Amino acid sequence: MTGTEILEAEIALAVNGTERRIPIGWTLADLLASLELEPRTIVVERNGTIVRDRASFTSLALAPDDVIEIVHFVGGG
Amino acid sequence: MAHADLLSPTTLTDPQPLVIAGREFRSRLMVGTGKYASNAQMVEAIEASGAEVVTVAVRRVDLDRSKDEAILHHLDPDHYFLIANTAGCYNASDAIRYARLGRAAGFNEWVKLEVIGDQQTLLPDTTGLLQATKTLADEGFKVLAYTNDDLITALKLEEAGAVAVMPLASPIGSGLGMLNPYAIRTIKQRLSVPVIVDAGVGTASDACIVMEQGVDGILMNTGIAAAQDPVRMAAAMKGAVEAGRHAYLAGRMPRREVAVPSSPTTGMLGT
Repeated sequence: MTGTEILEAEIALAVNGTERRIPIGWTLADLLASLELEPRTIVVERNGTIVRDRASFTSLALAPDDVIEIVHFVGGG
Repeated sequence: MAHADLLSPTTLTDPQPLVIAGREFRSRLMVGTGKYASNAQMVEAIEASGAEVVTVAVRRVDLDRSKDEAILHHLDPDHYFLIANTAGCYNASDAIRYARLGRAAGFNEWVKLEVIGDQQTLLPDTTGLLQATKTLADEGFKVLAYTNDDLITALKLEEAGAVAVMPLASPIGSGLGMLNPYAIRTIKQRLSVPVIVDAGVGTASDACIVMEQGVDGILMNTGIAAAQDPVRMAAAMKGAVEAGRHAYLAGRMPRREVAVPSSPTTGMLGT
């Protein structure tokens, strides 16, 4: 967390190691949409647990201090 | 396609196709997707290699420019059998975490398991590897375990539930070829699960010699991607793997320390 004041209507959370602020009430689907990510090609881990059910993205409300990891497949051997 | 002329297969068929964990594969050559100059080049090289199994890595999405890196924007998962690796993991728990993420990506429960023990040589941490193999096999993963050329570790990996054991020819990315043919042959002779040599193949002759040991297949990445012309090298590797396989099946002639003439010694002029 930085020392900057958090607006009342926002929460702070970590996304891929970087702090982000999002409006209160945002779901995981809202976050992914704001990042222009297609749920089909990514995997999300929330606080160390994989969010397996992609259909739940639209109902999963994000909470303050959530640690979100968004991964995908890249080139490798 | 510029190299379409390189794609013609040999006319010989393999009497025993590669089968791992009950699944039959159309090629004994497996390829990675790293280090290519461009995605277009990668796609063309993989096509030229004839490989069905293609390995990928699991990484954080770069939130500023995700479109470039995402392998699924370039490779059709219906055409290739994509297997996630755990490259870059230095302990069992990280490797397990990456394997689970790879499975959640939704294609299959197969994983090319790497637990690296040393940054300079990228040699495996076999203790962590065994531990992760056991855990993941218990969770239903089909584990292809990247290991060194040590027979005892290979036997333990098989016992731990690996569906294939992948001993190295030489260190990852080294291109040194097969350093210990005896070790590779011994592992192949003693294991029941398929043996896929992974890492170290630098050119077509390396691949051919590896296949001549009787192993079930080869996985390579840098040997193709770091060639001057990766697409042509991919086609060369395809031919080399097939040639080496057929040479193994054909059974080579015995080595002799003395010459034996190929032409008749009788009927010479003036006799």
